[in-house]
Amino acid sequence: MTHAFPFSAIVGQDQMKLAMILTAIDPKLGGVLVFGDRGTGKSTAVRALAALLPPIAAVEGCPVNSASHQGCPDWAEVPEDAEIKERPTPVVDLPLGATEDRVTGALDIERALVNGEKTFQPGLLAQANRGYLYIDEVNLLEDHLVDLLLDVAQSGENVVEREGLSIRHPARFVLVGSGNPEEGELRPQLLDRFGLSVEVRSPEDIDQRIEVVQRRDAFESQPAKFLKKWHREDASVRNSILAARENLQNIKIRKRELRDCAELCIALGTDGLRGELTLVRACRALAAYEGAASVSRRHIRRIAPLALAHRLRRDPMDEAGSVSRVRRALEGVLG
Amino acid sequence: MMDPPDPWIDVWQALRLLAVDPGGLGGVVLRARVGPARAACLAALPDLGLPRRRLHPSVTADELFPAMDFAGTLTSGRPVFRPGLFAVPAEYRLVMAERCPADLAAKLAARIDDSARSCLVALDEGADSDETVPEVLRDRLAFLIDLDGLRAAPVPAFDHEELVEARARRMRVMAAEADIAALTRVAVRLGIFGLRAPILALRAARCNAALCGRDRMSSKDLEVAAATVLAHRATCLPDVETQAEIGDRVSGDLSAPTGETSEEDLLVEAVRVALPDGLLPQSSTRHAGAAGSGAGDKRKARQKGRPIAPRRQRPEGRSRVDLIATLRMAAPWQKLRRIPGRTLTVMPSDICLKRFEAQMERLLIFVVDASGSAAHARLNEAKGAVEHLLARAYAHRDRVALIGFRNRAAEMLLPPNRSLVQAKRRLAALPGGGATPLASGLRCGGMLACKAQKQGMTPTLILLTDGRANVALDGDQDRRKAMRDAETAADWLRASHIRSLVLDTAMRPQKNLCQLANRMGAEHVALPRANPVQMMRTIEAVARH
Repeated sequence: MTHAFPFSAIVGQDQMKLAMILTAIDPKLGGVLVFGDRGTGKSTAVRALAALLPPIAAVEGCPVNSASHQGCPDWAEVPEDAEIKERPTPVVDLPLGATEDRVTGALDIERALVNGEKTFQPGLLAQANRGYLYIDEVNLLEDHLVDLLLDVAQSGENVVEREGLSIRHPARFVLVGSGNPEEGELRPQLLDRFGLSVEVRSPEDIDQRIEVVQRRDAFESQPAKFLKKWHREDASVRNSILAARENLQNIKIRKRELRDCAELCIALGTDGLRGELTLVRACRALAAYEGAASVSRRHIRRIAPLALAHRLRRDPMDEAGSVSRVRRALEGVLG
Repeated sequence: MMDPPDPWIDVWQALRLLAVDPGGLGGVVLRARVGPARAACLAALPDLGLPRRRLHPSVTADELFPAMDFAGTLTSGRPVFRPGLFAVPAEYRLVMAERCPADLAAKLAARIDDSARSCLVALDEGADSDETVPEVLRDRLAFLIDLDGLRAAPVPAFDHEELVEARARRMRVMAAEADIAALTRVAVRLGIFGLRAPILALRAARCNAALCGRDRMSSKDLEVAAATVLAHRATCLPDVETQAEIGDRVSGDLSAPTGETSEEDLLVEAVRVALPDGLLPQSSTRHAGAAGSGAGDKRKARQKGRPIAPRRQRPEGRSRVDLIATLRMAAPWQKLRRIPGRTLTVMPSDICLKRFEAQMERLLIFVVDASGSAAHARLNEAKGAVEHLLARAYAHRDRVALIGFRNRAAEMLLPPNRSLVQAKRRLAALPGGGATPLASGLRCGGMLACKAQKQGMTPTLILLTDGRANVALDGDQDRRKAMRDAETAADWLRASHIRSLVLDTAMRPQKNLCQLANRMGAEHVALPRANPVQMMRTIEAVARH
């Protein structure tokens, strides 16, 4: 297998990298949406993240990567004495045009035809449990699949009731979507389900651009040397993520900061409370990542564009981007 | 061998480079109609050392990825799997690439990204500049060969030994920092902002160096890379004006150290030579590409809509098998096929799939100007025309919405609806008088149309006005600002792919309204000269298109 491009070797794109690290710290954040130009390293970042993440312990042979024997679904027929093994965090690609059967799982046709048995063949949602589900070009996904994903992402459970099967299994995953807004907008319902959103553009500094091409070239021509060079930095990011996970519960958030978050959301007119909840949660994760004891206004400033920009009511003729609207509101509320 | 005419040198050049590093360069878009020129080009493509796989735009996921062979399994009674076309690295030839749907393009793009050795030859037969390979693929393929207007040339024989040697040498070629910097800078100066282009160009330069037997890149390699990879992506040629524009997007010192500047100028010159008549291939199609509706293929009627006659077809995952029709198809053969112990024998060829016809519902959105000037002009006649149209719309079971605008803002008089009576009543009650907030009317209509599109309807916006806009979006009574806002709204409507029609109700057709219609991409019809029948025909044509 070829190695993925190292996460820390990605030039610039700090917002995108930060968003991905935050979801690794707190998977309950609800995923990342990366929107932007072509050739900005969207897919590269996702694949790099997969290589960076710490492994999980899972029962060997369990289709939903359960941590313990109790968690294995009974339809899977996992043997009692199966070992618990470490395996890399699953990062599952959802290809466009994947059929519903492939996503949710369906009747195992092979066994149905050959043995006449009615068994369940788990799909991508089962594979992605406790890991990441990555959808490239998420804005081109077919509507019925979008609806299905929304439902599962919200409930954390995949229910299959068809062809005489009645199956349910846990499907808790971090949804990572990427796309190019020129090719179509996302429905607001789906947008809202993503915890964080990032707009990426190709680097605007010529030296940064040269750096990108150079690193890519070095990665291709001398992969071993390049990977070795970046291995240490990747390891340090991974350790920070692990430390932050430990520390997440101890992060305090004061009344004042909570009030700031609420006022910010009111000023921006975001629908519902999901925006505030995600904002607070992400601030907490950032504080943990930075090793701070409590959430400060600096954290809010940094997180607000990530957590709120995609929740604004769209004004199709307002040419100023939603990120700048968030910035304006930040100035108004935090001063 | 006779020397080929000039353009062919570049063609052969690109093909040779591709043969050295097919996986890294991604492949080539070959833009040409079927003919001797294209045949010559394909014949010249050296053996890439990969199996060749032919793809067509309607290839299904089952054929690409490992899947169960439904027919084979039924025949043999045990599971038969096909490895799929993506099983091994290959040279994919996509025929009629201009018709490649977005989901296939995305799959192929992922394939090019993931498989380090696969490459794609996209045969693009597009007739005009809008009709071309999806951007997501073009961005990943290093070369674009346009054979338009070229006559077939004798096919040169490439030295196979040389290619093999170059493949081995390729990874040893050193790229100096200055070379990388030069290619990146030139890409920016040509208005190419994606970063795939300089990366591909660098790979091409490396291939050229390997072909020439060099271990270091020379300026000649960079020139070849710029001409073959960057030239066709250029959105502007470096000159004073465009550089200022680029400076807005990319900061940093573009005109680098004096020693390299001359080299970069050489590269730019190479690009200039490669572009016939300074024509910029990208700039014309750049904004026309975004055709996705954003919600996947809504129109494909595999699972919903009115059922139509089932057809014998191979199942491909997304469609449903019509059981009754399949049995009916199998019934006459049962005697012939009788196998002891079996009551019913169904052969793969019997399988019928359900087919549906989705009728897209149409929505006609009338945006009516009820301002003083329009009322003076002929509001009543306009109303009469609309009533007539309403009646026709009712007959076609189209939905109708009515938006009026006067004084300060637009108002939704009737949300999308099928009630003719209501529409007539609301229209009759529409008072005239006041200023003309044209932009507001367009915006209101446009938002309704976007919403309808998302619900799977086909909206058509019909604007009736005399075009004398004098109220801006924010309610200011400023004629110039009002017109500017209206123009912005028109641009937005066009960008949103909303079909529209402008009916000019002024006594004399207005020039600026005609221009506005142009910006909207709408047809402009002057009402005084149009009778209702003719008008309806125009609307029908626009709505059906």
